[in-house]
Amino acid sequence: MLTGTIAELAQALRAKRFSCVELTTDVLHRVGRAQPVLNTFITIDAEGAIAQARVADNALLRGDAGPLTGIPIAHKDILMTAGLKTTCGSRMLAQFVAPYDAFVVAGLREAGTVLIGKTNMDEFAMGSSNETSWFGPVRNPWNTDYVPGGSSGGSAAAVAARLLPATTGTDTGGSIRQPAALTGVCGLKPTYGSCSRYGLVAFASSLDQAGPFAQTAEDCGVMLNAMAGHDARDSTSLPRPREDYTRLLRENAGAMPLTGMRIGLPKEYFGEGIDSDVASAMQAALAEFRQLGATMVDVELPHANLSVPVYYVIAPAEASSNLSRFDGVRYGHRAEHYDGLSDMYKKTRAQGFGDEVKRRILVGTYVLSHGYYDAYYLKAQQVRRLIADDFTRAYQRCDVIMGPTVPTPAFKLGDKIDDPVQMYLNDMFTIAANLTGAPAISIPCGFDNTGVPIGLQIQGHYFSEANLLRVAHRFQQATNWHLRSPAEFLRHVSGETVTS
Amino acid sequence: MKWEVVIGLETHTQLGTAAKIFSGASTAFGAAPNSQATAVDLALPGVLPVLNKGAVDRAIRFGLAVDGTINQRSVFARKNYFYPDLPKGYQISQFEIPIVAGGSLAIVTPQGEKTVNLTRAHLEEDAGKSLHEDFHGMSGIDLNRAGTPLLEIVSEPEMRSAVEAVAYAKTLRGLVRWIGISDGNMQQGSFRCDANVSVRPAGATQLGTRCEIKNLNSFRFLEKAIDFEVRRQIELIEDGGTVVQETRLYDPDRDETRSMRSKEDAQDYRYFPDPDLPPLIIDDAWIARIRVELPELPAAMRTRWATQYGLSAYDAAALTTSRELAAYFEDAVAALPTSGSADAKTLANWVLGEVAASVNRAEIEMQEVPVSAAQLARLIARIGDATISAKMAKDVFGSMWAGEHGGDADAIIAAKGLAQISDAAAIEAIVEEVIHANAATVADYKAGRMKAFNSLVGQVMQASQGKANPVQVQAALQRRLAQYGWPINGRDDPDGAKS
Repeated sequence: MLTGTIAELAQALRAKRFSCVELTTDVLHRVGRAQPVLNTFITIDAEGAIAQARVADNALLRGDAGPLTGIPIAHKDILMTAGLKTTCGSRMLAQFVAPYDAFVVAGLREAGTVLIGKTNMDEFAMGSSNETSWFGPVRNPWNTDYVPGGSSGGSAAAVAARLLPATTGTDTGGSIRQPAALTGVCGLKPTYGSCSRYGLVAFASSLDQAGPFAQTAEDCGVMLNAMAGHDARDSTSLPRPREDYTRLLRENAGAMPLTGMRIGLPKEYFGEGIDSDVASAMQAALAEFRQLGATMVDVELPHANLSVPVYYVIAPAEASSNLSRFDGVRYGHRAEHYDGLSDMYKKTRAQGFGDEVKRRILVGTYVLSHGYYDAYYLKAQQVRRLIADDFTRAYQRCDVIMGPTVPTPAFKLGDKIDDPVQMYLNDMFTIAANLTGAPAISIPCGFDNTGVPIGLQIQGHYFSEANLLRVAHRFQQATNWHLRSPAEFLRHVSGETVTS
Repeated sequence: MKWEVVIGLETHTQLGTAAKIFSGASTAFGAAPNSQATAVDLALPGVLPVLNKGAVDRAIRFGLAVDGTINQRSVFARKNYFYPDLPKGYQISQFEIPIVAGGSLAIVTPQGEKTVNLTRAHLEEDAGKSLHEDFHGMSGIDLNRAGTPLLEIVSEPEMRSAVEAVAYAKTLRGLVRWIGISDGNMQQGSFRCDANVSVRPAGATQLGTRCEIKNLNSFRFLEKAIDFEVRRQIELIEDGGTVVQETRLYDPDRDETRSMRSKEDAQDYRYFPDPDLPPLIIDDAWIARIRVELPELPAAMRTRWATQYGLSAYDAAALTTSRELAAYFEDAVAALPTSGSADAKTLANWVLGEVAASVNRAEIEMQEVPVSAAQLARLIARIGDATISAKMAKDVFGSMWAGEHGGDADAIIAAKGLAQISDAAAIEAIVEEVIHANAATVADYKAGRMKAFNSLVGQVMQASQGKANPVQVQAALQRRLAQYGWPINGRDDPDGAKS
């Protein structure tokens, strides 16, 4: 089984311990074995992957290899990949082949990665359990009765099951960090505007941001280096010079590498509704950070409790408009039988979209409609500003803010799918970073009593990715939560028994 | 009852950028369907709009030209509705904060000058085209036009007749062409008007219920549609009915407007700021740069010409309908050897008369006129210094237009021997000759028949092959006849004789 972090695999490839074709073949084998159980992939491109692996082997042979050359990855199926199906987990685009590469896809392609396929996701990134996918739910490799979280559930599960060292996801309200927490991997949502949204099929344009999943914070930095950058095709892409997000990881660190680091602890993140195992894991993690030299500061986020309602006005509003282009006219699903234009629209969209997507289109249409706009959309935007102001004030007193990524660990399939409000509360700690646009990372920091992982969220001010990665990296140097893998499942994937 | 008509116009002006407003696709007219539609125009998943600054330049230029306020922060909004030729399911427009607020346009009608205030002008993208013929019960979609930059210019409801509305539309079209932001081509849809029409009892302060007539793409249709709509509304009210707020379409074949959709069917467009486009920020330097590029505007030119050349408001307005025409006139005036306003006025009459008529006959553009402004000025100078008569000048102009003698008036006059004889001695010699050769007519004149005098004038003109200065001929004849001892009979004064 050829597994490891990006850093380890890259080193092995350079050392010719195995070729990229060998690595890719092994990955494809494991992906194939895992697929009937986990359902992490919507599209597996074995042929394309092997071809790219050969190119990578040539580059390695020439000594022309970067940190990502030959590293097998997969993209969330909401990122456009030229020549490959890009379905957004929806019947609407079930047969849609992307004619171009998203900005982040092109960046990782140019960095020499090998694209294995496209990962499963909640339909149009709407969901927190990966149960809304038209292609069926993804299962959590730690316990296949459990959800992996969502919406980037396939990407998270693929890294958790050690199928791949890294994958991409997108995060609109927590869609990278929440599944990262539920599957025990690292997931980073960068500052809004760091990674061009060009080719990221829009769910909520003012919130969407692509980011990496990996086993380590360091690998997240390596991935982000290839994903970030200015892009004139996205007017919200920030014209900032490229930076090396791993630069602070190489600093010579002493025994207390986080000395001087002030960690903000909002009481709103440690109050009611937090699972007791999650609460204990938080306290243990904070103790570790104290050991590393950091100090704790109490901060207030008085509008934090408004994040969920604000999000569930703004995100559906934008989605209702963004998803209007899926009308059956030019591409995607079109109803087979219809009577006139209006009927074609209705049947196409009724058939093409699932319940959760329809629910959000309805909510979004409602909050934007005449007479309600001021009370909902405009008010939500005003509160959004108040939430951002809370954080700006907090960052005058601290460098990072910590808390649980999710109030409760992974839940069983079917447990919350009929209770949207319970489902939405999964995102109560992750949404704020999307509303403000600031970066945040989730890293594994323990397990609950049933053996599923718990995630720690580290938030920072705008453009502080490098610092977030440093803080996470120092924690990972001192702990081994990120190295734990679902042993039983791995035995299945590599071994002889087929349990599906 | 006496009725007052109230009209406001919304005009969609296509801005003349080479590329579309949010994609790099070409805006050229007439290409094969869907050959000028990029992934952005097709609204493929994942694509994003990027604003074309050339469209902003042109909107600023318009705002400055109408003396409006350039909003230094304006916001693009999504107007949401479903239609097959609207690929995204929303149109990117500006709603709450347009790029231009206010401003005004001075119009001239036969009734006089009037200032029409503007409400706003905002940037937006055009939709594609739905083609309902030739597809065997299906519809075709052409997205070449989708994403073409438009400036929607909204007037206040300040026009009081179809004639005023047409004058406004013509002035506006002239202005957008003048400042080079649009070709104003109405056949190709680059300049389309929607008219909001209502009527109210004369003297009423409250506006009546309005109807909006959509997509009027010629001045004639604009005038006829408004006239029909006004008649319809007045008749409706006078018959005890009430006008229903609705959108109507003008049918030129039947010369009537028809209901398209009522207010109840009106869509809720669910406008909200487009999250894909940050607010449009225009700094002082940007405005200053555009201001410097702005040419002298027609209204300023009209005022200047009125004082400088004594032109009437109407003539000045007619000469400033296009920059080419105005430049032609201005160039010609500059080339006149005299600086008096008399020649300038003659020149104005010629440009609006002979030149304009010839341009229309030849169906050419002002830039293609074969007689240069300087050449025309030399011809006008020859009228002014009495070298040729106005009548002869028309013949000379015809020769110039035809390119004879390089279009040089003097050369043509010389070659054709058209120069007027103003030499007093030469004229008197001819007069002398004619008096002697026409004794009978002179006798008639002696007997008091004034017709005889006219006949003698005619004889002199004929003898001079039409070249004698007619004013001098008359004076010389009178003088000579008096000298011969046949005093002019007091019954008829010489002026009467001339007429």
